[in-house]
Parts: sequence; C-alpha cells; structure tokens
Amino acid sequence: MSTEFVIPDTAAKTAAARPAPGESAEFQTEKMSLSMGPSHPSTHGVLRLQLELDGEIVTKCDPVVGYLHRGDEKIAENMTYNQFVPYTDRLDYLAPLANNMAYAIAVEKLAKLEVPARCQAIRVITAEMARISAHLLGLGAFGIDTGAWSVFMYSFTEREKLYKLFEELTGARFTTSYSRIGGVARDVPEGWTGRVNAFCDQFLPILEEILGLLTRNKIFMDRTVGVGVISKEDALAYGLTGPNLRGSGVPLDLRKDKPYSGYEQYEFDVPVGTKGDSYDRYLCRGEEMRQSVRIIRQAIAKFPAGKWYAEEARRIYAPQKDKILTSMEELIQNFMIVTEGPQMPAGEVYFEAENPKGALGFYIVSKGGGVPWRLKIRGPSFCNLSILPKVCVGTLVSDVVSILGSLDFVMGECDR
Amino acid sequence: MSATVDVTTALREKFPQATLRDSLDHPAVNLPAADVPAALRFLRDERGFDLLADLTAVDWAEGASPRFTVVYHLFSTAGHEYLRVAADCVSDLEPAMPSVTALWAGADWHERECYDMFGIRFEGHPDLRRILMWEGYPYHPLRKEFPLAGIETPLPDAEVAAATGTKVIAAPMAGGPFVASPGEINLTEAEPRAKDESWNERHEKPEA
Repeated sequence: MSTEFVIPDTAAKTAAARPAPGESAEFQTEKMSLSMGPSHPSTHGVLRLQLELDGEIVTKCDPVVGYLHRGDEKIAENMTYNQFVPYTDRLDYLAPLANNMAYAIAVEKLAKLEVPARCQAIRVITAEMARISAHLLGLGAFGIDTGAWSVFMYSFTEREKLYKLFEELTGARFTTSYSRIGGVARDVPEGWTGRVNAFCDQFLPILEEILGLLTRNKIFMDRTVGVGVISKEDALAYGLTGPNLRGSGVPLDLRKDKPYSGYEQYEFDVPVGTKGDSYDRYLCRGEEMRQSVRIIRQAIAKFPAGKWYAEEARRIYAPQKDKILTSMEELIQNFMIVTEGPQMPAGEVYFEAENPKGALGFYIVSKGGGVPWRLKIRGPSFCNLSILPKVCVGTLVSDVVSILGSLDFVMGECDR
Repeated sequence: MSATVDVTTALREKFPQATLRDSLDHPAVNLPAADVPAALRFLRDERGFDLLADLTAVDWAEGASPRFTVVYHLFSTAGHEYLRVAADCVSDLEPAMPSVTALWAGADWHERECYDMFGIRFEGHPDLRRILMWEGYPYHPLRKEFPLAGIETPLPDAEVAAATGTKVIAAPMAGGPFVASPGEINLTEAEPRAKDESWNERHEKPEA
C-alpha cells in the first residue's frame, strides 16, 4: 500500500485568502488590538502578546515579558557561588538538573577545576534525563495548543517516572539543586543506574506511541506544517539556539561542537529540520529524546568508578559530613566554604551549555573571593522569543498559538 | 586555537585601537565604543562570527572610571569558537553605546535589557524601552548602588488601584537582608525575617 502524502502549504493559503490592504470592496475593516496573556493557556506561563489584528490576521506582535522577573542576577551578586545553585533550578524550571550542571561548569571554568569522570557521567545522565522530561512537557503542551489532549496524558505519565528517579537521586522531584561547585551533592544510590536503564527500555516504545499520535495526525499537521517558518538567516540573526535553531536547518549543538562534561565520548546524532516550520521543530524534539536515551545508555554502560567530586579542591568543595564531625581540618574547611564561599580567582568566563531549550549561558566576572562581581544569565528562551514580532506577522491568531507551542519557551529563564 | 589567535591579530590590524583583554577562557579584545559596530561587522562578515550569543554590561560601581563596560559574546557556527568583545562607555554619568541591531536583529532585546538594567543608552536602537521592568520604572536595578532589597515605588497603574480599591502593600519583609533567628523552637518564629523590625505590615515604616 502506498500513500502519497501531500504537505499542505498553510502559509500560501493564508496569503491567498488575505485581500491586499484597502482592497476589500464589501466592507471597511478596522485594526483591532488584542492583548493575549499574561494568563492565557497557550502562553505557557506569563507571557503577554500585544497583537494588532486585521480581521483574523496578525499585523503586529509586541511580546511583553518580565512578569516573572525576580532579579536573579542581582541576587547572585549578593551571595556565594554555592548559594546560587538553588536559584538555577528556577531558571528553566522544567530542566533544573541541566541548569545546575551548566552553572557548576561555568564556575568550575573560572576556578580552572576539572571534575572526575564519574561526576561528569552523572551530570550527563541527569542532564539528558532532564532533556527528556522537558521535551515531554513541551510536546504535551504543544499537543494541547493544537487540540490533542491525549499526548499530554501520555507524556506526563512518563515524566512522573522520571520524577521518581530524580527524587531518589536528589531528594527533590522538581527543584533538585543537585550540583555543587566541584562535583555533585551526593553519589548515585545503589541500583539507580539500573533503574534508569529500565526506564529507558520501557520509554522508547511509549515514545513511539506518543509521537505516533502527532507525527501523521491530520489535524496536527494542518496546524503546524508551513506555519511559523523561520529561515536559517533569521534564526541566526535573532540568536535562536537549541531545537528552534536546528529546526531551521543549522546543525549547531554545543554538545557536539563545543563538548563539555565528556560529551565527546558519546555517539549521538543531531537532528535538523529542512523547512524551519513548527512541524520541523516538533520533529527535532521528538528525535532528540531518542538520542538522549542513546546517550544515557552509553553513559551507564561505561559508568566510571571513583569520586563524584573533585577531592583536591579543598577550598571549593565542602568535605563529606562524617569527616566534618570527626576531623578538625575538615571542620575548618567546611566552615570557610560555608561562610566565605568557594574561593575563586579574579577573571571572567563565559560558558554555554546545550540545554533543552537552547544554549544556557553564564557570564561570570569575578574579582576573587566567594561572591561573583557580576553574573549574567543568557536564557535561551529570552532569545527564542525575540523572534516573535518577526514570525507572527501575517499569520492567523490560531497560528500564533501553534508558533508559541513550537518555540517551547519557559518564562522562568526568559525573565530571570 | 591558532585560528582564533588570528582573529584577534586581524582585528587589531584593522582596528589599531583594539587591545587584548584578560580572559580565563575565550579570546577577548577591548575596543573603543565608536569602533564597535564596524568591528563586529568585520567579525561577522569576514571572520564567520555569525551568532551574537550574548550582549550584556558590567557596572564597576560608582567612582570607577570607566564605570560601564558593554560585553559582547560572539560565536562562530562554522569554527565553533567564542570571541569576547568588550567596550567601555565613554561617559560614566550618561553611558551610551552604538547599537548593533543593524547587524543582528536579536540584539534588539539584549540592548533593551541592558538599558533597563544599567541605563546604558544604545544609540541607533529603533525602539529603546524597558523590557523586564515596567514602563515608567524609575531605577536601573543592576547598578551597584541599587539595594538588593529594592526601593519602594508606586504601582504602575495608580488609577487602576484607586478605581478597584486594591490595597497596595509592600512586598512581605521588604527591607532585608534577611536573617534567621537561631535557637527558636517555634518554626513560624524562626523563619527568616527582616533585620529591621521597626516596621511591618501593621506598623508604618518610620520616616527616614
């Protein structure tokens, strides 16, 4: 049986249906302004879009951000490096483990500190699990935006299993705060890697089922194919990163191109789109989850033994609790790290990690000591949303919903 | 690494006022503010730094001169290298910097954020207004003299508050920094509270 699948060109249809300005002979239309959000189900949090409409066609889009601004950068200037770890949970709160890792690596670059292979592997496994979890939520929410409720139910069932694993590892389901400067908070529990593997085994067939609900779904395709097309040039000009950039056909993945935390040891593919529409971005995310499973399996297969923290970093990583209670030297060490913070040299570093939403960057300016002079957070969602005024113009209001879903942003890191 | 060393050398040949900047990781250069757009265009068009990864500023605190430095991080999608370009604002009181929105459309939001947080005016920016704080907010919060606890400001829509009868109260425990009181058995009591306890929701803040 062969089925010819014709991809509908929604953008062309929209353009054809739209009369040229001032051409409508039957009636005069007036521009209408519509404030979408900040509490609107499709704005995934607190984004507000100030739309100007001509009938149902968007003629201008002005995103209003900042509703979730908490002044994280100001807060960071007023506390020690370790104290800021819990704040990184709340950037992209759908993938806190990935944020923890990115922040810790940035500070370790400042300290010129190498963490042991086991710590790197733990970080890679947790970051990829966070990626799966974030993409599952992204898909679920995208499904709801385009009228497919069941995807959400399936993907949240899987996320729940991931949360159980996170809880077992870090003690928290959501705000994990797992990284420390120079290591991770604790070693993996007995048998945990086996349970992660078991999750991966049962996850792949379910992932196919989830994606099967959308990939050749007529309604979903009508809502996404040819909608929100972002050209390669635009994607680069607006600083898009992550699946949104790759959906437009730029094969940039920092895990491959600027490897950190031992990503160079693992084999994985970087999916790229061809047209740069909402559908391509969806396909990229789907494939990235399969690749994440691949990475997790490889990392577990050669899971290194050894310490999960840099032992020689005595002025940075606080000693283990049992040592603190029994040894004077360690007690003093712990006291110094807690009161004065991990000691850093003066200088500046910029580090970007490939997070689920894109490149999460930390620019740290240090004057020495335990507190950063300036810490800038480059939130990928902030850059990804800046393209909205460009990409929403000329689309229908319902397409805006689909575009928002496909950009898969999170306001926690956009507003910081 | 050799390719990027070439970048800084090539940049310094073309812009003789550029100097190398101390850096712990990526190659970095200092530029005079006036050279920034031309130098970044050169880097983008001839050196392949096609992605503006980040644009931000550093405040070196009141009294320092130059006080504000604008920092650009460029990434080359072909060479997979970062480059840091920094430029000091000429004036310490009215800091300004030429805009690079003509080079990267994405610089628009970054420059608006920088203006919002530091009060640096980007000359040539098409629509320079606040982005994270609301329109009409009187301060630039990331300047070093701005206190961590914030400064009380009237609500943006005073007339809305008046019409709806909304009660306007300060954020709880505004006035930090916060300290936990040790030795309290009652957890409600031991929760972090503001150091200055002379005022709270029930008692007015004393006039300064």
